[in-house]
Amino acid sequence: MADQKHLDVTLETQVESVNLAEEMCLRVAEAAGFDEDDCYRIGMSVREGVINAFHYGNQERPEKKIYLAVDLTPDKMVIHVLDEGKGFKLGDVPNPLAEENLLSTSGRGIFLMRSFMDEFDVVPGRTGGAEIIMSKKLPSANGQPSNDNDMGDHNAPPHQA
Amino acid sequence: MALLQATYRDAGAVTVLDLSGRITLGEGSALLRSTIRELLADQRVRILVNLGDINYIDSSGIGELVSAFTAVKNRGGELKLLHLTKKVRDLLQITKLYTVFDVHSDEVTALRSFDKTTV
Repeated sequence: MADQKHLDVTLETQVESVNLAEEMCLRVAEAAGFDEDDCYRIGMSVREGVINAFHYGNQERPEKKIYLAVDLTPDKMVIHVLDEGKGFKLGDVPNPLAEENLLSTSGRGIFLMRSFMDEFDVVPGRTGGAEIIMSKKLPSANGQPSNDNDMGDHNAPPHQA
Repeated sequence: MALLQATYRDAGAVTVLDLSGRITLGEGSALLRSTIRELLADQRVRILVNLGDINYIDSSGIGELVSAFTAVKNRGGELKLLHLTKKVRDLLQITKLYTVFDVHSDEVTALRSFDKTTV
């Protein structure tokens, strides 16, 4: 791809927005040439990002919005998920793999996004809430996926966005 | 998107809960939660969850499986998993839950593994 493409969507704070966001980003990923496995990883990451925004950021309050943005650059697909909450620090998120957290019923979303995407970060957003920024490298020009981060490589440190 | 469907059947002293579709935030995870609650209310504490037709699960779905596991265990029972698809197995492995659950690929073997002394 020689040019950059950008998509902005404002979502309602409701469960259906999670499915909508996933579907939209899957279509973009498919059109960008990602294979089935990478489309799955991207779709799952978008789900988890919007779930985070819906539940933790916006506290499921219907008057709040979730802002989804997707950028396709010549080398990657970049996804932003912004909520209208109070923001959070990545370092404050408990490690779901720690023994004491293994049987927690929540808290795995961030971990899954970090595992599935090539780059992942959380920054203060323009709304005052948290902005998740994550990206995946586009398939290389020869048709081979450029991502070596398979599902078992979850101990690799995340790249900074 | 396919919603979750849940049916259950008796296999001796074990209840096999057959799930199909997606266990995700919203109706899917809510149905799993209510079904487990219904089974426990009916004193069914040996539960084999058949995930052979589950093509997708997100963190909410994983959370409901964990919640179900704990709820059954707290009742003195056992909850085990059967026929994990590759995606579900991979998710449970990377979240280190694969070793928490007793996972089986064969129903007969799974049914035999339940402790018959479990109350």
